[in-house]
Amino acid sequence: MTKLVALQVGDSLEEIRLRPVSRLDLIKYAGASGDYNPIHTIDEEAKKAGLPGIIAHGMWTMGNLAKLFTPYVEQGFIQDYSVRFQGMVFLGDVITLHATLTEKKDNQLRFRVSATNQNGNEVIQGEVVFSLYEKISIP
Amino acid sequence: MLASYVGKCSKKVKNVVERGAVKKFAEAIGDLHPIYWEEEAGKNSRYQTNIAPPTFPRVFDYGVIEGLNLPAKGLIHGEQSFHYDRPLLVGEELFCYAKVESYDEKQSSMGNIGRLVITSYGEDVLGNIIFTSTATIILTEAVRKAMMV
Repeated sequence: MTKLVALQVGDSLEEIRLRPVSRLDLIKYAGASGDYNPIHTIDEEAKKAGLPGIIAHGMWTMGNLAKLFTPYVEQGFIQDYSVRFQGMVFLGDVITLHATLTEKKDNQLRFRVSATNQNGNEVIQGEVVFSLYEKISIP
Repeated sequence: MLASYVGKCSKKVKNVVERGAVKKFAEAIGDLHPIYWEEEAGKNSRYQTNIAPPTFPRVFDYGVIEGLNLPAKGLIHGEQSFHYDRPLLVGEELFCYAKVESYDEKQSSMGNIGRLVITSYGEDVLGNIIFTSTATIILTEAVRKAMMV
């Protein structure tokens, strides 16, 4: 297991590429989250809203993005997590999750995080502050 | 009209971080790490129990801000943030409520848009705030007009 504390500014966590977004993914998220806005699950409703097809819940993508940090739950926790929803995610899109360390201070690691689609466009972009249980010791 | 709701809060609602709900949520975001659902993994972790994923507060009931009737359709989720004191523990009770933080309108490429910021809070039984979750919701002019009817 990588020790997050060993990361240097500019280093990235290993990217995760999701399988293409399926309708079932979004139905599951609707059920698990309680967000039944039909533009995420029903084609006609998405079209009525002026969309070319159903789109993923922004929170589905944000939820997925956080899993880059799950392997490190014994080392610390996500203290702050903020994103801006920049682009829509459609069925079949292939989303890749990214996190790059931008700052190390006290016991906090600041990452720039993003999710990009198969065209390389950022669909969400933001920041994670990961709080380590062990202090960073500067040699 | 929306500006008049700034500062208004809902009444606190008791929520439980339910084991089954956490597992289902973790599965829905493709994050089935044992810390979220396997009892042994929880017991053997530094938390001594299972925890919930950071975006889990999406499932809580935050009560109703009186008079604020947002439409079910047409809202755009612009930004979202979470702040934690510590991870949420499976089985714990949280008292949750929401507050209208701010509202403003500005010209953008989408026309005149309204930006409504709602902060949701989760407190433990002692009244300590464990997490806050802030959503920025975009309301287009068309959506706002429909609300006035």
